[in-house]
Parts: sequence; C-alpha cells; structure tokens
Amino acid sequence: MDFTFTEDQLLFQESVRDFLVNEVTTESIRALWETKTGRSDELWQQLVEMGLVGMTVPEAQGGLGMNAVDFVLLAQECGYVALPENLVETVLVVAPLLAALPESDVRNEWLQKMAAGEARIAVGHSRNPLVSDAHTADAWLLQHNDEVHLVKARKKNMRRNESVDPSRRLHSIEWAPKPATCLAKGPAGKALWMQALNYGALGVAAQSLGLAQRMIDLSVKYTSERQQFGKPIGSFQAVKHHMANVAVQLEYAKAPVYRAAWSLANNHRHAGVHVSHAKIAATEAALLAARNGIQVHGAMGYTWEVDMHIFAKRAWALDGAWGDRAFHKTRVAKFVLKDNALIGASNTFVA
Amino acid sequence: MELAYTEEQQAFRLQIRNWLKNHVPKKPLKSFDTEAGFAQHRKWEATLNKGRWGMVTWPEELGGRGCDLIEWLIFEEEYYRAGSPARVNQNGIFLLGPTLMEYGTEEQKKRILPKMATGEEVWAQAWSEPNAGSDMAAIRARADRDGDHYVINGQKTWSTRAVYADWSFGMFRTDPNSERHHGLTFILVPLNAEGITVRPIPQLDGLPGFAEIFFDNVRVPVENRLGDEGAGWKVAMATAGFERGLMLRSPARFQETARRLVELYRENQESADRDPMVREAVLRAWMDAEAYTLTTYQTACRLSKGGKIGAESSTNKIFWSELDQKMHATAMSILGARAELLPHAPAAQGVGHWLDGFLFSQSGTIYAGTNEIQRNIIAERMLGMPR
Repeated sequence: MDFTFTEDQLLFQESVRDFLVNEVTTESIRALWETKTGRSDELWQQLVEMGLVGMTVPEAQGGLGMNAVDFVLLAQECGYVALPENLVETVLVVAPLLAALPESDVRNEWLQKMAAGEARIAVGHSRNPLVSDAHTADAWLLQHNDEVHLVKARKKNMRRNESVDPSRRLHSIEWAPKPATCLAKGPAGKALWMQALNYGALGVAAQSLGLAQRMIDLSVKYTSERQQFGKPIGSFQAVKHHMANVAVQLEYAKAPVYRAAWSLANNHRHAGVHVSHAKIAATEAALLAARNGIQVHGAMGYTWEVDMHIFAKRAWALDGAWGDRAFHKTRVAKFVLKDNALIGASNTFVA
Repeated sequence: MELAYTEEQQAFRLQIRNWLKNHVPKKPLKSFDTEAGFAQHRKWEATLNKGRWGMVTWPEELGGRGCDLIEWLIFEEEYYRAGSPARVNQNGIFLLGPTLMEYGTEEQKKRILPKMATGEEVWAQAWSEPNAGSDMAAIRARADRDGDHYVINGQKTWSTRAVYADWSFGMFRTDPNSERHHGLTFILVPLNAEGITVRPIPQLDGLPGFAEIFFDNVRVPVENRLGDEGAGWKVAMATAGFERGLMLRSPARFQETARRLVELYRENQESADRDPMVREAVLRAWMDAEAYTLTTYQTACRLSKGGKIGAESSTNKIFWSELDQKMHATAMSILGARAELLPHAPAAQGVGHWLDGFLFSQSGTIYAGTNEIQRNIIAERMLGMPR
C-alpha cells in the first residue's frame, strides 16, 4: 500500500506548474479569446517539446509511455491555469485510445505524428454532443455506435458552437461513417469508447481540482485586500467559512481522483465506478469554489473584468462533459445498491 | 503509487479477523454510560489486551504490536466490520497514551500505560471549564504548588467518561499571574482523590456520558505532572492533535455506518423512494465515506514517509462529523414515523440503533473544537486569510 506520488512525479508537476503559470496568464487567455482559433501554435509546440503531448504515447512511437497516474497531477495544473489548449484530452483520451488499437501503420503513424507535434487529433464521443478543438485538428476520432473511426478533418464539415467559456472551441461535425475509416468495431470498439469515456472523465476531474484551487487562491487574495468597515473582508468569519467549506470539499475530492487514475492505469475491475466517484466529487468541489468564490468577490465577482469568471466558467463547462452527473451517479448507484455490494469497512482497496 | 495491500498486510487482516470472530461478544454490551455497561466494557478491554489487540500501534514491550498506520487502519476496518464493542478507554489509549509516550517520564510510562492497556484504569478527559469551551486558553482552575504537591481548586465540565472512570487528565493554571495559554500545566488527577466531587450530566440519550468535576483543595503529587510546569498548552496541543487526527475517528466506523444505511435503504426501498432525496443521500453517504477512507490512507502513507500532519486535521474533523450527521439524518428519514421510537419500544422492531447514533452525531460537530472553530483554523492557517 503506497498512496503517494514518486518524487519524480512531484518534481514534474512542479516544473509544469511553473511553466504554465508563467506562460498561461489570464492576460494571455483573454488575448486568445480575440483570435480566430483561440489557440496558440507556439504554446502547443512548447508543450510538445516538454514531452507533455506525447506523455502517454508508447515509447516505440516516440512518446514517453507513461500512464494516467503520471499525468493526473499535470492535468490538475492545466486546470489551475485554465489552459485553453486541448492537452488533457489529447494525453488522456486520444493517445490511450490510439495506443490501445492493434498495431497498424495508421495507428503507429498518427501516434508518431502526435508525439512529434506534427499532427493533432480531436475526439468525438457519443456522450459529448460536440467535439473540442476540432478546428485545429488534422484528424478526428469519431464514434459511430461501437465503431471507432479516424476521419481526416475538413473545415467545411464542422460548425462552431459558442460556449459560456470563451476558451472552449466546440464544434458539431457532419460526417458519414465509411468502412475505410473504421479502426475498431464490435465489443473491442465498445470497450475502447468506454475506456475513452473514463479517461475523459478523469481529465475533467483532475482539471476541476486545479480550477477549485485557483478559485480559492483568487478569492483569498481578493478578500485579503478588499477593505470594508475598516478591515479586510477576509477577516470576517462569514467570508472565511465560505472559503473553508470549499477547502474541505476540495481536500476530500483529491484522493478519489488519484485513486481513479491508479485504477485506470492498472485496469482495475471497478475503475469505472472509481472514475464516476472522482468526477462527481471533483466537479462539485469546483462548482462550490465557483459559487462561493463569486460570492466573496461581491459585485466584482459578477463582472467580466475580474479573472474569477475565467475559472468559474471552465468549471461550469466541464461539469457536463464526459458523462453528465446523471450518468456517473447511475454508475455509482449500480455498484452500491446491488446484492453483495463491495461496500463497508475493508472493501475500499479490494482487488 | 500502489493501491493494494502487501501479503503481510493481508495476513495481518486475516489474523485479526479470526481473533475477533472468536472473541467479540455475541450479545451487544450495555452502554458504557451505565454502571453495568461500563464494567462489561472494562472487561472487554482486558480481553483485547490479553490477545495483544488492545492498542496495536503501541510498542511490543507495552503490550502492543508496534503496528504502522496502515496496519492500524486495517485493524480498525476489521474491528468495526466485526461489530466489536466501543472503546471505553479511548480517552486513555488514543489521546493520553500517545501524549505520555512523547512527554512522559520513564517512571510515568511504567506506572500508567500498563494499567491503561488492560482497562484496569480508565481515563476521563478534563479540558473544558464553564468559561473555557472553544476558548480553551481561558482556563481558570488552579493548581498551586505546595512542596511536592499541587493543590487544585476549580471546576471542569463536559468531562467524558468521568462518572465511572478512575483517572482524569487536563490543564490547570499553575501561574496565577499568567494569561491565556501561558502558565498552564498538564496534570493527571485520580478521580477518587479527596476533595473531588463528580456531578453526572445526562446527555441527549439521558445517560451520564459526561460530568462536571469540582476540585476543592485536591492534593496531587508533583510526579503527576506531564511535561514541564507551564508547558501544559504544548502538551495539550499534542493530545488535541491526536484527537482530531487519525486515531479517534478512523474511517472504518463511517464506512460501516454507510454500509448499514445502504442496507436500511434497500430493506425499505419502496417507502424510502417516495422521497427522491433519500436515494441521493444514500449514494452520497457511500461516496463520502469512501472519500474519507481514501484521504486517510493517503495521509497515513504520507506520514509514514516522514510527512507532518497540518491543518488537514481540521478539514478531517469537519468532514467526518458532518458526514456522520447526514448519514444518521438519512436513516431517520427512511424510518419515518418509527424513527422517534426508543429501541425497547414494543413497535420498534427494525429500527435498530439509528436513534442512538443520530443523537450522538449531534455532538460530533461540537466536541474536539466546534466546526466553526475548525473553519476559522482552515481559513487562517491553511488558506492564509487575515485574522
């Protein structure tokens, strides 16, 4: 039993955090909102060079061959800065999905290109009505029933759908499945899409932890500076307790997220339930951070000018992605309410 | 990261599981807040001690097994899973014991710990005073030095187990000119000493789970002091740290409550589902108990690699106490019109002990530092908000 990250994992997290906090500022995010793609090719190349984009690509295809436990803390940091780039889905969904396909030229070539920063792939799962970052992708991984298709991206086939979060670039895609683009189908395809959903939900959960922490930090800073009645409003207990409530919820969402990462990386038979628990816990922490964070910012919290909304909107947007609340609660319910359920003391780490 | 038990850990689990299967009383003991129940629980402590299961984290020479925190968590899981009796000497073994090992003299350890381990001496805490509750530094009970004795005068209150216990521990003001957390000394006081009056206070269940203690010129030898004179606050903080930390509220208890709640819900599902919030609350009980468990294991692993416990003991206390209340409130809701019945009422079949647990859960957000105090600590020490 060892529920800790290795020193290497923690050091990597630290260096990625330093990098992201410097490069992905709220000013740079606001500037990207005004651009056509909303994305920075330069930043993506930097992420490629740091090895982040290819982290879960197998070593044979030029990646680092790492897993969800290695990446979960980094996904958290992506949330902390509200990274606009589609890194988390690329690393946690696209690469593992491609890597899980049987060896083929198509699979190897795209994985190689991804890790090298020569191509990007966006993913469309049936649980998500729209595809994130379809507009900067060279290819789309798309679901048709149980089939996995890899389709060349064509601008004329996609249409942007604006989100409350101006950093999100969502697209509906018109396409017709053809046998030539099908990479997997039947039970294998079904399993791949279920795995993709779990990895996508883990990505949302990890980012939510970072988002919640960022909203706490912004709120603590603001309420320590803002004075009313001759003192900082952060000295009032009513304000403190709003933030303490977020801290408690965030603290108890972390371990479920890290466990879910471990369960996915180790193909645990209950990984799906672990992911659902993690996603519910982490998104709720982020939603509470948004609610209480806006509240303690006062009227400032209701403006476009204060940075709070950048993170609150990401939290709201991600909440419904990769399986909504009802989907994940249903999975938890099936596990908890069945006969001879593995619940109660001594069953948490049952193999 | 490796979220699986080693073979040794699994073997340890089976060992304790087998022992408990053969030793846990088939018939539940009476409440330890009754005289007869207290005696039964004292006997159970002796049985545990004989099997060397009394305090597994204690060193072997003190009757323990020198277990690490993961083994402790495994022990607790099996203990609650087997429906074992509550620990009547928890103030001693979980709070004072570890503090004694850190601050006690060799003589004190030798004199006190073995009898604590067998349940021969059961300990009560004597922290609060009528005017020192959440504000513990406002303590006024005095201990004046007279040769090799302290002479104690004053009053303590909310002293858990004091009605039937043998000893008490608490902080007294040894420097009459001191203020706040200065000039306080940690002293162990036998409850049969001359000058002591214990007035039982009935709790919500009507039983005297705590008491007021009046001290009228109570003479206590100086060797009953724990730590240096005037260093009581530091010693007490170590105790409060243990109390809020891992020992007293290990996750197993809440996991078992969550499991029983799922069971209760399933047995009464048709009527329970008339209120759609109940199912939601039942699922949440499992998720939160699971989160508490995972987080505790994470902390335990971090501590065993040399990490220190910080303000998370405050997040901890808020989380388990509010979880406990929510779970019991949900059970009451499922039981509906029968929820108010005492266990021995003729129509009370099937209500179990949920009412007792519900009443007790009301205290969790108050004792060991109210949750409001904990929220202040989190805001100021963990988040760095202004005082």
